[in-house]
Amino acid sequence: MLKFLARRLGALILTAFAMTVVVFALTNIEASLRKLAVSEVSSRATPEEVERWMERSGFTRPIPVRYAEWLGVAPAYVTESDGRLYGRCVRQGMTLADVPRYCGVLQGDFGYSKVLRDEVSAVIGRSLALTGKLMFWVMLLMVPAALIVGVLSGMREGSKLDRTLSTFSIATTATPEYVSGVVLIAVFASTAVGLRWFSGTATGAMEDATFENFFLPVLTIALYGVGYIARMTRASMTEVMTAQYIRTARLKGVSFPNIVMKHALRNALIAPFTVIMLQFPWLLNGVVIVETLFNYKGFGWTLVQAAGNNDIDLLLACSVVAVVVVLVTQLISDVGYVFLNPRIRVS
Amino acid sequence: MEPLTWTGVLGPVVVPLMAALAVALGIAVVAQVVLSFVPGARGRTEYRDGTLALVRGPVDWAALAVRFLILALVAVVLLVIVAGIVLPDVADKGILGAMAARLWPVWLALVVMFAVSIRYQRRLGLYGRLFSSTVGMVGLALVMFWVFTAVFAPLIATHDPLSAVSGMKNVVPGTPLTREGYPYYLLGGDNLARDVFSRVVLGAAEVLKIAPFATLFAFMVGIVLGLPAGYFGGWLDTVLSFLANLVLAFPVILLFYLLVTPEIVETGIPRMMAAVLFLFPILFLVVLWNSRYRFEPARNRQRIGITLVVGLWLYAGIAWDRDPLGLVSMPANVLVVFVSVVFVNAPTVFRIVRGLTLDIRTRDYVQAAQTRGEGPWYVMLWEILPNARGPLIVDFCLRIGYTTILLGTLGFFGLGVSPESPDWGSTINEGRRLLSIYPHAAVVPAAALMSLVLGLNLLADGLREESLRD
Repeated sequence: MLKFLARRLGALILTAFAMTVVVFALTNIEASLRKLAVSEVSSRATPEEVERWMERSGFTRPIPVRYAEWLGVAPAYVTESDGRLYGRCVRQGMTLADVPRYCGVLQGDFGYSKVLRDEVSAVIGRSLALTGKLMFWVMLLMVPAALIVGVLSGMREGSKLDRTLSTFSIATTATPEYVSGVVLIAVFASTAVGLRWFSGTATGAMEDATFENFFLPVLTIALYGVGYIARMTRASMTEVMTAQYIRTARLKGVSFPNIVMKHALRNALIAPFTVIMLQFPWLLNGVVIVETLFNYKGFGWTLVQAAGNNDIDLLLACSVVAVVVVLVTQLISDVGYVFLNPRIRVS
Repeated sequence: MEPLTWTGVLGPVVVPLMAALAVALGIAVVAQVVLSFVPGARGRTEYRDGTLALVRGPVDWAALAVRFLILALVAVVLLVIVAGIVLPDVADKGILGAMAARLWPVWLALVVMFAVSIRYQRRLGLYGRLFSSTVGMVGLALVMFWVFTAVFAPLIATHDPLSAVSGMKNVVPGTPLTREGYPYYLLGGDNLARDVFSRVVLGAAEVLKIAPFATLFAFMVGIVLGLPAGYFGGWLDTVLSFLANLVLAFPVILLFYLLVTPEIVETGIPRMMAAVLFLFPILFLVVLWNSRYRFEPARNRQRIGITLVVGLWLYAGIAWDRDPLGLVSMPANVLVVFVSVVFVNAPTVFRIVRGLTLDIRTRDYVQAAQTRGEGPWYVMLWEILPNARGPLIVDFCLRIGYTTILLGTLGFFGLGVSPESPDWGSTINEGRRLLSIYPHAAVVPAAALMSLVLGLNLLADGLREESLRD
């Protein structure tokens, strides 16, 4: 088990490393940096001014060196020009002596966001807290709903109830968040036609979330996931219901509700657990869309801002967080699967 | 001129009828589900000689009601379509009728296709068997509806999808037009006073031009890499699996932003990726022929020759935009979108193919082929791949739907083909800004996208059901 964990952790670190290299290389290409320079200096900057800014900020040095600085294994670049300090580690009000020698990710410093004008770690922390709130409610709505739908339709395969619920699950998996979000807003929040039950934006939900301003985003993310998890639960439930021990229980005369609750359910829920864990990367995608659509400034919104404006430090931090979330959930799902299913051995 | 109503002259009849049928259907479905939990709701009668027989109980009556109500609803919809085509005056047709009339080539093509397919059902293999499953037929009908709409789009569209008409900004569906040409904006105007109906119809062509081909390419890449990874295992498998997992660990949207931004496009990275990814289909076919006809040099040379000539010609045109004949080309922005969609999809296909190969590798017929002395590529492409086709076909259908969703996502973030393009994602993105005031501009493409993906999912379900049957 420990060997397995160590191997997975090694793969995690290697993946995160490879991914940051790719993102670093793609965000640090010359043209993007020039654009950044123009937006930092002034929109009418001459080529010489841009060149000077690039030189001063240390963007003219080779990429591997800059990546090592970002990682925190090479001493960070600092320079003084016109009485001001320039460099990765420099913050407002520092003198040359204050500037730390290393300031990379390994030292816990994710840099400074040029677009949101704040420490990246602060921005990420804030947005992750907001997304965490959103995800908590999504999970609370999605997981029970999906399991109930899946178990109900899987316990009697081919019944009317199964047909009805399966149609529902297929319909929800066919509806991406940006479609269901648009339709839900049009129906429940439009001022022209529709019901005006809910609010069409979730900006207010960042401070205090109410049913009125938070239900639509939560529902939008949950709907897309419900169908998929429900279908997996159904498949696993139908498989369990044809097993020998269920037939034995039936022949013994155990009542149907008892069979479902006591004999089938426990075994049928192993597969959905894995699926729910593996849903996290997908949910991340949904979070980005929904947060943009409802203007909720969580992690997804931050990711879009960072990517849209080529905010290098913020984008790198976002991708590190994303890849860690994805790989850790994969790890949990593998380990959990082993714990739940004693027939599987890790070797 | 008066604005069009939704149902035209049929309105007084059809609207209450539809509402009543829909309400009744809802009640019947709920009743059916609830009653199925009640013990003894299935009728049962005991004859005097002690035998039991099932008779219609409440559940069965509810099921019967559901079936007939659905049929009645379909009949009403058909009535609207037929009336729309038959009625001579546009003002009488109503919006639905007028749309039905504009879509006449689609109805014709659908009727012909279904008639022919059902007539020759027994000779058509898996495709023919699809017509014995309702789910599969509904899915196929939805998908083919959009395919035919895309094919006949220039005939169907009422206006130019890009030109604005003054005074038609954000107008509601059915607003009359004072200019020459078609007299109404059937589904209203968008934020830039363009016709929503025409944009959705032409958007179908945009979406269906990219999604199936991108999926096909992703399958080629996934198959060419997945087969050896599963078959040989070892370091090849380790390396390829690591790369696939790496791509899968990227948040899709971040990947899109990284690949589609203009600065990255300028560096030529997407074109390099296209150059690599588009080689795979040629590679696939060449290996396919060579492994089969190795001992018939004449035939082998002929097949490989044709593949190379046609393949490299298309390759030069699509990937490098340097077609010597000047016939084939792909605009740079489409190419970027195409490549990123293939790139995102290929690792998942790779994992599926690899898993199937690992499973099939141990079968007896594979060992028989190995004992016969067949080469590894022959075993992979002519023994393993045909036996993995069932799950792969099903996944192909699902994946086209997923690709459509991805394309929509790209458009939603403004990274799509071009800002002007009528593809559904971009249209939804434009429409969402005024969503709470003028919902129609975003809701119409949203519904279109949903119905296409739903059709693909149902089709996949039908195929799965039918292919499991044997």
